[in-house]
Amino acid sequence: MPVETVEVERDPSRKWVSGLDELEKTPVTETRWGRLGAKLWAGTWPKVLALVFVVGAWQLLFLSGWKASWVLPAPLTVWQDLSEYAATADYWQAILITLQRALTGFALSVVIGTLLGIAVARFKPLRAAIGSLITGLQTMPSIMWFPLAILLFQISESTIMFVVVLGAVPSIASGIISGIDYVPPAWKRVGAVLGMKGLNLYRHVVLPATLPSFVSGLKQGWAFAWRSLMAGELLVIVAGQGSIGALMQGAREFNDAARVLTWIITVLAIGIVVDAFFRAADSRIRSSWGLHQDS
Amino acid sequence: MSLIRAAKPQGTGARVGDAARASGAVVLTDVVKRYGRGPGAVTALDGVSLRVEPGSFTCLLGASGCGKSTLLSLVAGLDDLTAGSIDDVERPVAMMFQEPALFPWLTVAGNVELALRVRGVGRAERRQRAAELLDTVRLEGFAHKRPHELSGGMRQRVALARALAQDASVLLMDEPFGALDAMTRDILHDELERIWRERELTVLFVTHNVREAVRLGDQVVLLSSRPGRVLNVYDVAMDRPRRIDSAPVANLAAEITDALRAEVSRHAG
Repeated sequence: MPVETVEVERDPSRKWVSGLDELEKTPVTETRWGRLGAKLWAGTWPKVLALVFVVGAWQLLFLSGWKASWVLPAPLTVWQDLSEYAATADYWQAILITLQRALTGFALSVVIGTLLGIAVARFKPLRAAIGSLITGLQTMPSIMWFPLAILLFQISESTIMFVVVLGAVPSIASGIISGIDYVPPAWKRVGAVLGMKGLNLYRHVVLPATLPSFVSGLKQGWAFAWRSLMAGELLVIVAGQGSIGALMQGAREFNDAARVLTWIITVLAIGIVVDAFFRAADSRIRSSWGLHQDS
Repeated sequence: MSLIRAAKPQGTGARVGDAARASGAVVLTDVVKRYGRGPGAVTALDGVSLRVEPGSFTCLLGASGCGKSTLLSLVAGLDDLTAGSIDDVERPVAMMFQEPALFPWLTVAGNVELALRVRGVGRAERRQRAAELLDTVRLEGFAHKRPHELSGGMRQRVALARALAQDASVLLMDEPFGALDAMTRDILHDELERIWRERELTVLFVTHNVREAVRLGDQVVLLSSRPGRVLNVYDVAMDRPRRIDSAPVANLAAEITDALRAEVSRHAG
């Protein structure tokens, strides 16, 4: 084609450059769907197998007669209770109340933790003052706060909120502090060269750079918030609020072991779903940043 | 040879920001830079005087500890002088480093646009300018890729596009091709030369690759180490475009290498 010949003579290095770029590309050997299917299968079968083993062991323990059946019910009894109970409004109402508490407490913790984290990372005296306190608070079992919280707020929603926030804030703050500490100096230098200072540098470089660390802080913060909430709901039963913890305590008082196990399974399931959500967010960031190549 | 000769300037003056490109000289007079105070102070640069003409290409060459990178930071205004003066620099200057340091949370185009955004360029114009700049570095098809999806040489070209987005008359380059393979580096020399001529930039290019310095520079400034002083300035009077493997380039490079070795030997224990 004559047109192309003219183009090549006028600008030969363009072809040279794009040829080299083309060679740098890794050829795609598998289709996306094929890979997705294989990944799904690889992730699923070990889980199914593990579940079969656990339920099997439970059934054997039940058959061995180690405990009376009203203390340790058979898997099938619990399954029947769970499926019947899941059809009632009470069940979903309890989950709703608990999740509402969890989300409110977590949202409050995110706001406080983020602001606290930025403040500690930015101001040296503040870091000297409370930096190690934040680390220390992370190791503090949140149930330790309940006696004080009950004295401060009596038996109320605030008591539970207080402990949930205290449990989650240190992790979220640490996540953002270590994120800010480990922003590559080269990125900040580029920011400076481009003319960014102070707030601008924070907005365009430092804060976006903390994202992976921030998300892992959020994930850990959620875990602490959720644990604190469960402890709180078992200890602090607010009248008229049929939360998961309150109903579970009620089931224990009526020696309803199947119901207690139903709630344990429900809480476990919620935990797994939320963890999967954080995992997905984390892996999305990692792959779009090129932090790992395998998935 | 015909391949390279074709890369002569085409359509100079059609680019944005040319009006502001009247100046672009860099004049260093007795520049001293010391780190620390008292007996423990380290002198990085000791009385460096240098004149860089507008639109010229100057390579700074030296072994470790010659203060090349310090010199660039001073010209960029990222660091303060201890004594002496740096004049005629239109700041802010554009700057590139050995690592591309692209931001992974932005696309290729987003990285280029950020430089424009900081300067207060509006959204629509940003998009158009970024597309033009990516076209300049021949990455027009990669605007929506993430930095990690590109090869090292491509990332460095994005970094170059981002630096060009600053529309500065002076471009400082701190070993920009140091981490690249020889073939990629060779191509980037051609590309950089083309862009430098098209945009009439003043380039200060730090390297410790002697042939690279001779391939690219109008003048090659040889610096001594600990402290950094100007040992010699070589004028490279060779036609462009040059080839890094041509005899004249190799001959001058050999001469400079000898001088560099003599300087390094001076520091032998």
